[in-house]
Amino acid sequence: MRIIVLMKQVPDMEKVKFDREKGVIDRKSAGTEINPFDLNALEAAVQIKETRGAEVVAVCMGPPSAEVALKEAISRGADRGILLSDRKFGGSDVKATAYTLAAGIKAIGEYDLVFAGIQTVDGDTGQVGAEVAQFLDIPHIYFVEKIVEANEESVTVVTDIWDGVYVKKMKLPGLVTVTKDINSPRLPAFKDKMKSRKAVIPAWGMDELAEFLDETETGRKGSATMVKKIEVPKAVHRKGLLWRDNMDTALNEFMDILVDKKVIEVE
Amino acid sequence: MKNYSGVMVFVEQKNKEIHRVSYELLGKARELADQINEEVVCCLCGPSEIDANELIYRGADKVFHVQDEEIFGNPEVMTYVENIVKIIEEKKPEICLFGATSFGRSIAPRVAATLKCGLTADCTGLAIDEEDMKLVQIRPAFSENILAHIKSQYLPQMATVRYKEFDEAKRDESKTGEIINFSSVKIKNNPIEVLEEITEEVFNITDARVVVSAGKGLKSPEDFKMIEELAAVLGGVVGSSRPLVEDGFISKAHQVGYSGNRVKPNLYIACGISGAPQHQAGMKEADMILAINSDPSAPIFNIADYGIVGDIYEIVPQMIEKIKNKKA
Ligand SMILES: Cc1cc2nc3c(=O)[nH]c(=O)nc-3n(C[C@H](O)[C@H](O)[C@H](O)COP(=O)(O)OP(=O)(O)OC[C@H]3O[C@@H](n4cnc5c(N)ncnc54)[C@H](O)[C@@H]3O)c2cc1C
Ligand SMILES: Cc1cc2nc3c(=O)[nH]c(=O)nc-3n(C[C@H](O)[C@H](O)[C@H](O)COP(=O)(O)OP(=O)(O)OC[C@H]3O[C@@H](n4cnc5c(N)ncnc54)[C@H](O)[C@@H]3O)c2cc1C
Repeated sequence: MRIIVLMKQVPDMEKVKFDREKGVIDRKSAGTEINPFDLNALEAAVQIKETRGAEVVAVCMGPPSAEVALKEAISRGADRGILLSDRKFGGSDVKATAYTLAAGIKAIGEYDLVFAGIQTVDGDTGQVGAEVAQFLDIPHIYFVEKIVEANEESVTVVTDIWDGVYVKKMKLPGLVTVTKDINSPRLPAFKDKMKSRKAVIPAWGMDELAEFLDETETGRKGSATMVKKIEVPKAVHRKGLLWRDNMDTALNEFMDILVDKKVIEVE
Repeated sequence: MKNYSGVMVFVEQKNKEIHRVSYELLGKARELADQINEEVVCCLCGPSEIDANELIYRGADKVFHVQDEEIFGNPEVMTYVENIVKIIEEKKPEICLFGATSFGRSIAPRVAATLKCGLTADCTGLAIDEEDMKLVQIRPAFSENILAHIKSQYLPQMATVRYKEFDEAKRDESKTGEIINFSSVKIKNNPIEVLEEITEEVFNITDARVVVSAGKGLKSPEDFKMIEELAAVLGGVVGSSRPLVEDGFISKAHQVGYSGNRVKPNLYIACGISGAPQHQAGMKEADMILAINSDPSAPIFNIADYGIVGDIYEIVPQMIEKIKNKKA
C-alpha cells in the first residue's frame, strides 16, 4: 500500500508581521513550519503504516528551502519526501497548485490513498484537496475526524459535514482531508531527527514532470484567480472598560448594562 | 450577446429544508445582478417536494430544480458535483455562489476544477468593480489577519461565501419567477458509499443569542456546571476554547474558534480564556464581549467591551445570583 501525504510549508503565524500601510505580508519576518493540519494528515498515514504496513511519501510544492519541511516529515515517519520546485510554479493559485501536485503524484506512479490537511494557516482556502482529487479523477472525502478502517481496497471514515456526522466508505484510490481532531501528532524521536538530516530529497521541476504537466497549467499562467490587493485591517479594539477590584460594584454595573441592552428582560 | 449571464446561487438543502445561507446568498445575488443588469438564478438539487417557490419569494428570477427523491438525501459529493456541473455548463452563469458551509466547501472546489475556473474561498465581501464590471471577492486569509481582494480570470466567477455574513433576502409572496425542473444524473459504481449518519447531540452554537465560554481557567469537567448555569440564566448556550475540547471536557460542537465554530451572538462571555488569535477568530464579531480573567494582561481584554480581572470561581457564581435576583 502506498500513501501520499500533501504537506505545505507555511510561515509561523505567531511571528509573521503584516504591514498595514503597504498592505503586504512580511514573510521574512517569521520562520517557517509545516502547516499544522498537515502534521495530522501525516500522523494518520503513519498510523496506517504501523498497523498494516505501507510506504508513506510526503509531497510538498514550494521553494528549494521547503526541503526542510520534508526532512521533518521523514523524522515524523514518512519513508521519503519529494519536493516539487520550479520558478515556473511560482504564483500558483489553488487550481495551478492542485494541477501541479496532481502531476507530481502521477509521476510517483501507483498509489492507494492521498492525505491532505483540511486547510492551511496562510492561503487558508481549504480547496487544494478536492481539486487535486478532481485532477487525479479520484473521489474525495473532506473533514475526516476518524479512520475506522483502511486497507488496499477501501477506507471507512467518520466525517463531520452537512450539519451532521457521517460514516462513509470510499473505494481506493481516493483522497481524504483531515481535521485537527483526527489525532495528536507525535513529536519526532531524537534519533529519527538526526537520521532525517541526511535524507536526500529529490526536487522535481518542469522537466521531471513534463509528461504530466504543461507550462500553461501551472504558476501564474495556469492560475484562474488573482490577488489584486491585500488589506491589513486594524486589530479590533473595543472600549475595554476594565474592573479590577470591588467585584460587587463591578457586577452591579454590568447587570445594569445587561438590562440596558435588553439581554436580561426585567418586568 | 454575452456567452455567460446571470448570478447563480447553489441552494443547499438537507431533509428538504433549505439552509439559511442560501437566503443570504440570494440577498447578495440580487444586489450584484441588479448592478450588472442580469438575472438571479438558483440551482437546487433535491426531492420534488421542496417548494422552490420559496426561492422565488426570496428574489430568484429562475430556479433550476434538479429533482431526485433519493440521491440528494446524503452529503455525497460526487453525485452533487456531477449534477451541478451539468446545470452550470448548460446555463452558463457569469457569477456562481456557494455557501461556505462544510458541504459547500467540499463540493465547490470539485465543481471549479471540473470546469477549470477559479474559486475564491470563504468570502466575507462581494462587490462589482465599476470599471470592468467584474466581481471583486473579498476574503480573510492568513488566519484572519488580512483581507485579500481577489478577481477571477475565467468565467464563471465562482466563490464560496461565509454563513451569517450577509442579511437574508426579504420574503415577498407577490414575487414571480420561473421554476424549471431537470432530471438527475446518477453515478454508476459510485466509489463512495454513505453508510450512516451518526446523530450526535443536536446542538447548534452558531444561532445562539448568548454564548458563555470557558477556557483553561476551568479546572475540571464538573466545573462546567457553573458555566452552564450562567448560560441558562442568560438564555444562552455553552461554548469552549479548544484545549478543553481536546481534554474531553466537552464535545467539539461547543468549540469556538478558527478550527471550531464562528459565533456572532449579542453577548459573548469568555471565562478563563486567554484570547489567542485562533480563539478570537471565532468570536471577535460578537456584538458585546465580556471577559473574566485573573490575568490583567490577558489578550482577551484587548477585544472585550467589558473586562473583569478576577477568579472565575468567585465571579461566575456571584453573577448567577445577581442575574437571578434581577429577574426575580
Ligand atoms: C491572501 C491570499 C488569498 C488567496 N486566496 C485564494 C483563493 O481564494 N482562491 C485561490 O484559488 N487561490 C488563492 N490564493 C492562492 C493559494 O493560497 C495558493 O494557491 C496556495 O498554493 C494553495 O492554497 P492554500 O494555501 O489555500 O491551501 P489549502 O487548500 O488550504 O490546503 C489544503 C491542503 O492541501 C495541501 N497543500 C496545499 N498547498 C500545498 C503545497 N504547496 N504543497 C503540498 N501540499 C499542499 C495540504 O495538505 C493542505 O493542508 C490566495 C493566496 C493568498 C496569499
Ligand atoms: C491550527 C490551530 C487551530 C486552533 N484552533 C483553535 C480554536 O478553534 N479555538 C480555540 O480556542 N483555540 C484554538 N487553537 C489553540 C489556541 O492557539 C490557544 O492555544 C487556545 O485558544 C488557548 O485556550 P485557553 O484560552 O482556554 O487557554 P490558555 O491560553 O491556557 O488560557 C487560560 C486563561 O485562563 C486564565 N485563568 C486561569 N485560571 C483562572 C481563574 N481561576 N479565573 C480566571 N481566569 C483564569 C489564565 O490567566 C489564562 O489567560 C488553535 C491552534 C492552532 C495552532
